[in-house]
Amino acid sequence: MAEVDFDVVIVGAGPAGSCAAIEAARGGLRTLLLERGPFPGSKNMYGGVIYPRILDDLIPDWWNEVPIQRWVTRRSTMILTETRALSVDFRNDAWSAPPYNGATAYRPELDRWLADHAVAAGATLLCDTTVTGLLRGQSRRSAHAVTGVRTDRPDGDVTALVVIACDGVNSFVAKEAGLYGTPNPKNFTLGVKETISLPKQVIDERFGVRDREGVDIEIIGCTGGINGGGFVYTNLATVAVGVVLKLTKLAAQKTRPEDVIAAMKRHSAIAPLVEGGELHEYSAHLIPEAGLSMMPGMTGDGLLVAGDAAALCLSAGIWLEGVNFAMASGMYAGQTAIEAIADGDVSQRGLGGYARRLSDTFVLRDHRKLRRAPELVLSDRVQHLYPSMVTGIAERMFRVDNPSAKPGLRRIVREERKRAGVHLRGLWRDGHDAFRSFG
Amino acid sequence: MTERDETWPEISFSDRMATVEFKVSDKPHIVVDGKACADCSTRECIMACPADLFVPTSDGGILFNYEQCFECGTCYLVCNREGAISWSYPEGGFGVIFRST
Repeated sequence: MAEVDFDVVIVGAGPAGSCAAIEAARGGLRTLLLERGPFPGSKNMYGGVIYPRILDDLIPDWWNEVPIQRWVTRRSTMILTETRALSVDFRNDAWSAPPYNGATAYRPELDRWLADHAVAAGATLLCDTTVTGLLRGQSRRSAHAVTGVRTDRPDGDVTALVVIACDGVNSFVAKEAGLYGTPNPKNFTLGVKETISLPKQVIDERFGVRDREGVDIEIIGCTGGINGGGFVYTNLATVAVGVVLKLTKLAAQKTRPEDVIAAMKRHSAIAPLVEGGELHEYSAHLIPEAGLSMMPGMTGDGLLVAGDAAALCLSAGIWLEGVNFAMASGMYAGQTAIEAIADGDVSQRGLGGYARRLSDTFVLRDHRKLRRAPELVLSDRVQHLYPSMVTGIAERMFRVDNPSAKPGLRRIVREERKRAGVHLRGLWRDGHDAFRSFG
Repeated sequence: MTERDETWPEISFSDRMATVEFKVSDKPHIVVDGKACADCSTRECIMACPADLFVPTSDGGILFNYEQCFECGTCYLVCNREGAISWSYPEGGFGVIFRST
């Protein structure tokens, strides 16, 4: 193959890029990891929980060193209306010991730790460097293959056999390569978050946890007329509160994102958790929400796409995951680059092992299984009608209305369904869809 | 439990943005063509930008300041005017720097 600066150039030192770099460097490839921020993670924000079991092979006993805030031992799903809240609250003591399940973490700390592992494996990490375009050229099998990247450094062109685009939700690399069509705003949500300072002891008391135990609360029905959801989760000495908002609804509702958070924080079920705290940091980020239906092509000649850049984010209501998909797809991209370079074929065909790896593992299996979930979760019925119905049923069940005798459950359900304006046919269809997705 | 703070959760938008660290570049990474905005009726950017960087002016245009940008991409996605927003990332090392996200 032609003389190149590096075997692999990876754009973006988030979880996808760093895991790709760890694999590639350990496989003996000369690996360059580019980051546009001053340090890995400086541009990254998320809705709160990492599930790192995918690191078991890459970083054995990762839990002894990963810079987390708290291990999630309480997982709540909360359905809100203006004056009501219905929670399903699950606690599992085993999740506070290895191998754990989920954890809250600050991305600037987590991403830097992963990038440190890439450097320890032999990769070159270059921060403060924005990729401004792709280099194209003649390769053995393609007239228009990706042959490197252009950066904003003086003499900043870098040639490589394989470029791995891990440049996030706005991926200019994937777009420039023609793997994305014109992005549709319907496929994205905006996440806005407040990190609120409170003493650790106060957080422990309010959330009923101790030591490094933590809580993750996912909320539906808290975003007014805008389709979306909310979250509250505990860090060590801060609480993160945020909402995820469907872009196309946000502007139409004439409501600003910070006002949606403010309204959620005023809810009687949320206010006692966060009141008195001081805003420590405000942040915002886009989420590729639509799952399988929005995914771009994942490979080109000399190019692989991983993480948010490939829309590998799972927004399925009770499951909200992204970092694990980023880490896994990055690993598989790194493994594929090693294999293709060893075989001397980095064309789209030569890189075909990537699609197979994604397809055979949870990365695309979960997305295929839950392909209907994102649309269902953000549908007007799930967002606006069902919260009213289920909290209404709960209210009627728990209300003691003497001297009236207790109504039967069937009557309550029928009456509350009608009151909430839920049509039987839609309910059946959604139930069927939910069963097929989640069942 | 702490005493209830009656001022909660009032905070001015500038105080909110003051919690975020920015290393501002001399070169704007986003350029808004005010002429294209003048006859836009939806103006979704004004409501949707989480940093509130799009401000309507009295003469019907839109004033944009790139300095406190989260680099999220919301504005160019909601904008329905071809070419009104030229969007790129800031030069390396500049722009937003998250710490506890």
